Amino acid sequence: MATIATPEVTASPVRHAGSGASALRQVFVIVAKDLRAELRTKEAVNAALAFAIMILVLFSFAFDPAADETKMFAGGLLWIVFAFAGTLVLNRSFARELPNDCLDALIAAPISGAMLFLGKALASYVLVMAVELVALPVFGIFYYVRWYDHFWQMMLVLALGTWAITVVGTVFSALTVNIRLREVMLPMLTYPMLVPALMASMQLTADLVNGKQIWGPDFIWMKVLISFDILYTAASLALVEIVLVG
Amino acid sequence: MHAIAVEGVWKYYGDYPALRDISFTTAPGTCLALIGRNGAGKTTLLRTIAGFSRPMKGKIEILGRQPRETATRRDIGFIGHGIALYDELSAIENLMLYARLYGIPDPRRRALEWLEKTGLERVRDGLVREFSRGMRQRLAVARAFLHEPSVLLLDEPFTALDDRAIAVLQRLLREAGSKSRTIVLSTHQLREALELATHVALLNRGRVAFHGECTAEMAADPGFVYARYGEG
Repeated sequence: MATIATPEVTASPVRHAGSGASALRQVFVIVAKDLRAELRTKEAVNAALAFAIMILVLFSFAFDPAADETKMFAGGLLWIVFAFAGTLVLNRSFARELPNDCLDALIAAPISGAMLFLGKALASYVLVMAVELVALPVFGIFYYVRWYDHFWQMMLVLALGTWAITVVGTVFSALTVNIRLREVMLPMLTYPMLVPALMASMQLTADLVNGKQIWGPDFIWMKVLISFDILYTAASLALVEIVLVG
Repeated sequence: MHAIAVEGVWKYYGDYPALRDISFTTAPGTCLALIGRNGAGKTTLLRTIAGFSRPMKGKIEILGRQPRETATRRDIGFIGHGIALYDELSAIENLMLYARLYGIPDPRRRALEWLEKTGLERVRDGLVREFSRGMRQRLAVARAFLHEPSVLLLDEPFTALDDRAIAVLQRLLREAGSKSRTIVLSTHQLREALELATHVALLNRGRVAFHGECTAEMAADPGFVYARYGEG
């Protein structure tokens, strides 16, 4: 082994704030960066919003919105739209880092894979929620659905179901970021994983738009949704470093 | 303690061994020019040292720590083939983003300081996508040096730089050398690299063909190392 002789090792001369930026602050730095970039380009949000509204409007012509049967599958329709529109946002999550090799700089930075993932997931969550909150009143108008009768319960289901889409979508966005066909691969990988969360969200939403409370006999679906969120968030946080670095 | 210690490192792409039993150490304050033909493994070696991927076999230590440790990453500055800047953010926003990620106190002051050092203070609020290539490259240099790393890993840093950016980079690298920071730069531009290098490593098909001090002969004739130790 070749060895070169040497002066003293010097520590980095930068004096960091304490032990460096706190993990939480780093998460919010990533969130702010992603949101700022998206607000300037609007490429993901515009596409997702246009898609969501177009599908809702088109299906309202396909079915009789006043029919009771329509109320029964309205929850399912809504979450299919949210899942598809969400994928358009999530496709951009890590793909945003590809131009100029920005992902390299993030991997090289002193931020753990888990915190990077959390920052990315939270930024996507805000964007997907924004799309959903615009699409929801459109859904109410075109399908004659009183989604606001149990407003806070609806928001709870929306929040939990969206987090499920976001957390699974973000981890697969990281996994497929270097694949040429990532736009195709992301939904192919994401949707099968999301089946339990989507089933729960659809059932709970159907209950709410039909005037039932989520605390009734279908509360088991709420437990499924909460368990899914906890399990997949924990697994993603634990595995994302391997996904990013190998 | 060595600044960088690489011991028996192997890296495969499929069945192809991109790095074969690479071992060397560098001392703090060393400027190591990593040279070799295309496909020799320079980029793979630099990326593995930087912690972007793990070696299949062998180990790497930077300042006595694993490359993926958070504390190690604070001590590494990396310039790769891309500029690692966001086109939709301004110059100052880009630098402040990295300053915050590296936990630098007063990120704005540090960002402004580096914009001035690289001659970009007048365009600090301009979006990177509106910058010329030379300006983007100078900003990339500012990004890599912003946190004053102890170890600089530079992958072909002179490629496609304009004269001004080359001058800025050479000045910063000389300053870094004078502060006993360790520099490893892979390059095909031997003349620029050997002006700065204290040591040279020649990679040939994933192996270290030569590793030693940069001599007067090498500095005078950049082709000397290839002629003497290359694959012929």
